Amino acid sequence: MCRFEAIRVDGSANLIGQRDGQTVNDNRPKNLDITTFKYPLPAITSLLHRLSGAFIFVGVALMLYLLELSLESETGFALVQELLDNVIVKFAAWAVLSGLLYHLIAGIKHLIMDLGYGETLQGGFIGACITLALSAVAIITAGVWIW
Amino acid sequence: MVTNVTNLGRSGLYDWIVQRFSAVILAAYSLCILASFVMNPDMNFEQWSSIFENNAMRFFSIITLLALCAHAWIGMWTISTDYMTSLQLGSSATFFRIMFQAGCVLLIAVYLLWGIQIFWGN
Ligand code: HEM
Ligand code: HEM
Repeated sequence: MCRFEAIRVDGSANLIGQRDGQTVNDNRPKNLDITTFKYPLPAITSLLHRLSGAFIFVGVALMLYLLELSLESETGFALVQELLDNVIVKFAAWAVLSGLLYHLIAGIKHLIMDLGYGETLQGGFIGACITLALSAVAIITAGVWIW
Repeated sequence: MVTNVTNLGRSGLYDWIVQRFSAVILAAYSLCILASFVMNPDMNFEQWSSIFENNAMRFFSIITLLALCAHAWIGMWTISTDYMTSLQLGSSATFFRIMFQAGCVLLIAVYLLWGIQIFWGN
């Protein structure tokens, strides 16, 4: 009988490490049912850091394009300003900038924790709160500035 | 499980350090560009292009570009080896993961060549 149990959010226990009544030799705990995972705040900020990282990797294309055009000539620079008048381009630029701002702030928090600060349950929670609060302010400011 | 290793430094520790060094460079560059926006709200073409024509800035830009390439490769590699394993994709996992990684390498190569052209070309 396997002793490892995953407790569901609703409190009911779920036997794992054992499939269909048969005993499995590898009885390390394994819970792959993401609907029963709990998502504390630091888990959400960490996931957002990953999502924003993948997003800006693609978004770099837009940034490089706008940079190239704006540095090309006076006409290119004016064209960028014109492009940014378009709502879709405005929104895309804001989205990439928001992704970068979030990734930047959460990344700095990550580096601070790598240095050994705040590596406690409570510290992780405070760090996640600060990250979300600073990012919200930065992203809204960026939106106001772009519009 | 992912058994064939394709990471940058062929060692997790080395990758971890490169990821952090490149993150600091990327953060410094991002903050400099953001600061230049904040300090000069209504920049014209001359002001904007003079920032990037400065040789120190050229150097900074190229270093950041290299940091971006390493950082993005390690980051996307981590993501691919977390989500594209035999657990999620079965026996074809290695094929899909290598294809995904090849796509990332291609995009990184485009960014590198394009970036060098932007920062060094004019
Ligand atoms: C995005 C910015 C930052 C975040 C998210 C952050 C987060 C945290 C967290 C979560 C803790 C642990 C709190 C606890 O243990 O209860 C902490 C501690 C600390 N932070 Fe920060 N921090 C940030 C910026 C800074 C900066 C810029 C400095 C200094 C210049 C700094 C200096 C410290 C110090 C000295 C401690 C106390 C360490 C200790 O008690 O051992 N932090 N920070
Ligand atoms: C602009 C270009 C950038 C791109 C394309 C990018 C992309 C990524 C990606 C895809 C990851 C992997 C996420 C994961 O493994 O969960 C990552 C991780 C990371 N990024 Fe960035 N990033 C960029 C800039 C930055 C900046 C400015 C910082 C600033 C501090 C930063 C700090 C980090 C850190 C610390 C990690 C490691 C996270 C971990 O080990 O879990 N990145 N990045």
